[in-house]
Amino acid sequence: MPEGQLCNRTPISTEEALKALLADKGGKQYYDEMTKLDVDTVKLWSTIEKTCKTRTKTWLEICAHCGLCADSCFLYRCNNADPEQVPAFKIQSTLGEIIRRKGNVDNAFMRRAMEYAWSRCTCCNRCGQFCPHGIDVGVMFSYLRGLLYSQGFVPWELKIGAGMHRVYGAQMDVTTEDWVDTCEWMAEENGEEWPGLEIPVDKEDADIMYTLNAREPKHYPEDVAEAAILFHLAGENWTVPSTGWEQTSLSMFAGDWEACRMNVEKVYDSIERLRPKRVIGTECGHAHRATVIEGPYWMGRPDGLPPAEYIHYVEWVAEALRTGKLKIDPAKRIKEPVTLQDSCNYVRNHGLGKYTREIMSYLADDFREMGPNREYNYCCGGGGGFNGIGMYRKQRNVALLTKRDQILATGCKLVVAPCHNCWDAIRDLEEEYHIGIKWTFLKPLLIKMCIVPDHLKPQEEDGEE
Amino acid sequence: MESLMSFLTGPGLIISLAVFFIGLAVRLVLYFMGLDWRLDRVAYKPHMSEGMRGGLYSAYKWLVPFGTFGWRAQPFFTICFFLLHLGAVLVPLFLTAHNEILRMRFGFGLPSLPQGVTDVLTVATIIGLFFIILRRIALTEVRIITTAYDYFIIALVAVPFVSGFIARVSSAGSDGWLLVHIISGELMLVLAPFTKLSHIVLYFASRWQLGADYSIKRGGHRRGPCFPW
Ligand code: HEM
Ligand code: SF4
Ligand code: SF4
Ligand code: SF4
Repeated sequence: MPEGQLCNRTPISTEEALKALLADKGGKQYYDEMTKLDVDTVKLWSTIEKTCKTRTKTWLEICAHCGLCADSCFLYRCNNADPEQVPAFKIQSTLGEIIRRKGNVDNAFMRRAMEYAWSRCTCCNRCGQFCPHGIDVGVMFSYLRGLLYSQGFVPWELKIGAGMHRVYGAQMDVTTEDWVDTCEWMAEENGEEWPGLEIPVDKEDADIMYTLNAREPKHYPEDVAEAAILFHLAGENWTVPSTGWEQTSLSMFAGDWEACRMNVEKVYDSIERLRPKRVIGTECGHAHRATVIEGPYWMGRPDGLPPAEYIHYVEWVAEALRTGKLKIDPAKRIKEPVTLQDSCNYVRNHGLGKYTREIMSYLADDFREMGPNREYNYCCGGGGGFNGIGMYRKQRNVALLTKRDQILATGCKLVVAPCHNCWDAIRDLEEEYHIGIKWTFLKPLLIKMCIVPDHLKPQEEDGEE
Repeated sequence: MESLMSFLTGPGLIISLAVFFIGLAVRLVLYFMGLDWRLDRVAYKPHMSEGMRGGLYSAYKWLVPFGTFGWRAQPFFTICFFLLHLGAVLVPLFLTAHNEILRMRFGFGLPSLPQGVTDVLTVATIIGLFFIILRRIALTEVRIITTAYDYFIIALVAVPFVSGFIARVSSAGSDGWLLVHIISGELMLVLAPFTKLSHIVLYFASRWQLGADYSIKRGGHRRGPCFPW
């Protein structure tokens, strides 16, 4: 069978196709069809010839096969030093082999490559820091994902995820109407406790435009409310766009570069439409990577920068605490030992570790670093889409061991995780391994700890507080 | 024998040096010509000064023994690596005998290191190579990625060093070893641009690229000028 009904080389671009794929619970038929999916070797090779240039070719060629990268990969470590988890092995036996064979690979090869690309690498880029030649296997795996996706070899959930972005412009079926309704609802719901609370939609020329993760309006609307409350507390002049608010990119995990571009285009369009002074993205790592770090390139922006200054939530929080826009009640500082998850996507890959530490210095009396940390921190275990792929659940659960042991070594029972993916992974690791920890985003912590100026408090009848 | 020797130290030497230097230069140029800001997703040109700073720092930092997290994480390999490379780079360039030949043939040569120093460096190189081979055999994580080609490269480097050293220490009847040394040495020069030995220049290219990538795109000014290698 050349192409299946559900499993094929065509991206999902209609609601109908999306629903059909969703109806195939767990991807049973999808994976079944995948075992018979033909590889279009001519197209594969011509894509490689067009897109694989000297950086990648040189990486593959000069790799000394020295194995120095082995120990740097958390998946190698938590899989009992399995040699098949050595980064150089993983990439040489997949991407390297495809190129050596000039694209002449078969179905079984591609399915193995898929397993490697999505269950043996989270694209955390840590190994690249340990290779003497500066070979970044994570970058190459991301490239490989693109090749596999274009041939239809992609885990079911991610084919759906990329399809969601193409069909709804968001990783979940949240329409513009749903989104605007959620904003109104949350502003109303919290208006009593926070008089004057607003979630201004499509306000032009605001100081801040806020973008977020579709999961927030869909499953955790209180997160949207918390963001609003904190901007309100800080006295910010802010807005959210009615379209182009979705900052995440499951298409990046899937390797669907066209869908990535489409998503970022929406966000950038809204920046151009509303002309905010700057844009702030929510507490999410991969969303920041997609929209701020990689996005400009998907859009072909020669300066590699988004159309306006675009910062991560932690940068704003650090600034708000530094300038006193948000003030922490000293009595409410966290007394118990607390540790911090460094998200690879904005710490290793965007240097924001100093801001999260600055924040912790305001919040915690007993802040304890994981070891290693900052740029050298290990992936939470669920990055790069790993968290969401049912077929690789077992492997993902093993992958959580590194983080579990890092957390245990700190002796902390509270983990601050300002990244959706890390947050999920840490929640799952508690569910899986029961180490008795709690985990949190920054927003709920801040709301509990911030001093509320009198004029923002609800006015009680007798004026008594 | 006599004429073979004079060919090898005359035209043969010129050809191998030319292939070596021109070949490596071409590889370097091709590397940079093949960088593509859209595909690599790094805006090299608009941020060239940050890129240069991060790139050069990244190449430099990894040349310092134990200078990076990576080197410090692997002390045994680090020692082997620097033993091997100190000699591999310095001995060919600064050996008295090499420079004598250059002066004889071309009328110029580089300054030379004292014989004792080059002897020590040569032995260091051989020891480094020896342990690198052992490591390849002993460690499963290295064995799984080792190919016959890796051993070929090691041999390509080992033979000139070992034969040269034997020729130097054995007083009489070393012509055979000398011949092996010269042939294998020139073979190494000729093959370098076409094999993994091209890393002699591509190391700098690849390290520059990743350093520039981190300074331009993945952190840039937010982190400080350079990635903390
Ligand atoms: C400035 C010049 C050079 C630099 C910066 C350099 C750098 C490197 C690096 C970074 C590696 C990889 C280390 C690893 O990951 O194992 C390596 C491996 C190697 N280099 Fe060089 N190198 C240089 C010159 C040379 C020369 C002149 C030779 C030989 C004459 C040489 C022979 C080798 C060999 C044989 C290996 C492989 C080691 C193994 O099997 O693990 N290198 N070099
Ligand atoms: S550390 Fe670098 S050169 Fe060595 S095996 Fe890994 S990728 Fe290859
Ligand atoms: S990018 Fe991360 S997960 Fe992937 S091979 Fe490297 S260290 Fe391992
Ligand atoms: S989920 Fe967090 S730690 Fe894991 S890869 Fe993504 S950013 Fe890194």
